[in-house]
Amino acid sequence: MSFIDADKRKFFNEVKEKSRQPIELCYQCQKCASGCIATGFADYYPNEIIRLVQLGQKERVLNSSSIWICSSCETCGARCPNGINTAEVMDALKEMAIAAGMVKEKNINLFHNTFLNSVRSHGRVHETSMMVIYKIKSGDLFSDMDVGLEMFRKGKLPLFPHRIKARGKIKDIFNKTAH
Amino acid sequence: MKLSYFPGCSLGSTAKEYDKSARIACQALGVELVELKDWVCCGATSAHSTNHLLSIALPSRNVALAQEAGMDLAIPCSACYSRVKKADHVLRHDGELRKEIESIVDFKYNGKINVVSLLEALVSQVGVEAIAKKVQKPLKGLKVVCFYGCLLVRPPEVTNFDNTENPMSMDNIVKALGAETIQWSYKTDCCGANLGLTSTKVVQGMVNRLIEAAKEVEAMAIVTACPLCQSNLEMRRQERGTELPTFFFTELIGLALGLPDAKKWFNLHLINPNPLLQSLSLAD
Repeated sequence: MSFIDADKRKFFNEVKEKSRQPIELCYQCQKCASGCIATGFADYYPNEIIRLVQLGQKERVLNSSSIWICSSCETCGARCPNGINTAEVMDALKEMAIAAGMVKEKNINLFHNTFLNSVRSHGRVHETSMMVIYKIKSGDLFSDMDVGLEMFRKGKLPLFPHRIKARGKIKDIFNKTAH
Repeated sequence: MKLSYFPGCSLGSTAKEYDKSARIACQALGVELVELKDWVCCGATSAHSTNHLLSIALPSRNVALAQEAGMDLAIPCSACYSRVKKADHVLRHDGELRKEIESIVDFKYNGKINVVSLLEALVSQVGVEAIAKKVQKPLKGLKVVCFYGCLLVRPPEVTNFDNTENPMSMDNIVKALGAETIQWSYKTDCCGANLGLTSTKVVQGMVNRLIEAAKEVEAMAIVTACPLCQSNLEMRRQERGTELPTFFFTELIGLALGLPDAKKWFNLHLINPNPLLQSLSLAD
């Protein structure tokens, strides 16, 4: 890719390097968008995200909902004629958005942090406390109350976490991989 | 035959019936599942969405444990399978990253064990014909659609299992149990995965599309191999009655093999499948 603007080039190269994907090969066939189940719920089609990256449009890409609404279903990558795994690109963009402080879908990122904190503490995720903490922090207290209670009654939401023995090892992995 | 077994976090809570039915069905089919000692969460979507290195390192810890146990690793949850399989793929093919992961997780990768989904394990280790021979109560009259979801067959270069666009392994097992599987175009679509809690409307949209499609081909139930798919399909639909229950494929194996515990699993579902099974004389 050729750029006049050095910042645009820098952004494109960073995404390419981080995602390890041949982003420059996309020729807009839109096969990814045709199979993308998230398109109706976000602001850009996957092929648009790739094009914006090719054009070095950092703010528009990192501030988009699409990179967060992507559920990593991998349909786009499985069908791409140019071997671009767009789910990997979306992951790289989410990491970059967090680093740049441009998280459009704050609750989704909050969920990820709450989930990983639970894993860090116990070695496994304790769904019950993780959901309660997420609900308190997101302010979305009352949705799913009925189904939550039903799950609890059926014994599907254990009150206490299972804590693994090698918790020190897990904390070590978290520390060594911290940004 | 023996396999290491990695249930994953969901199978201890919201997908209890998957864990119970997987263990009992495998036992009845002559597969001994040995739970991986002190296994750790795979990191799921939350790790790979926020920290690539962590998303490879966490599941690599399970690869290390499976290596120690010395048996192939079978994983029922599609999402866990995807993360551990991807980690194994990186360890196998990316020398530079392997060195980094080995140092973070403190082990030496030898590539001797295979990571497989429980579905793949049963198809390859037991085989559809052997499963058919063990059927005591054929699931006659039950017409279902199989829902593979995203991660059992994608990305194909990593999973290397079944056909990416039209997988048939679950269909073949369900047919061997005496049920009828209907072909539909939504086999490998997405249920919305972990967006259930954060972006409920998105998931409702995805799930309702799937439910409508299943009704269109006149399926009586949906069969899946993933705890996230199962709970989204039951929890996030427009109305929760008794229509179109969602089974784990291991529950249907248990039911067709005449295993007495099957009833207990169905009581744990949000959409009660008993009326449907009773109407077909498949349950008391």
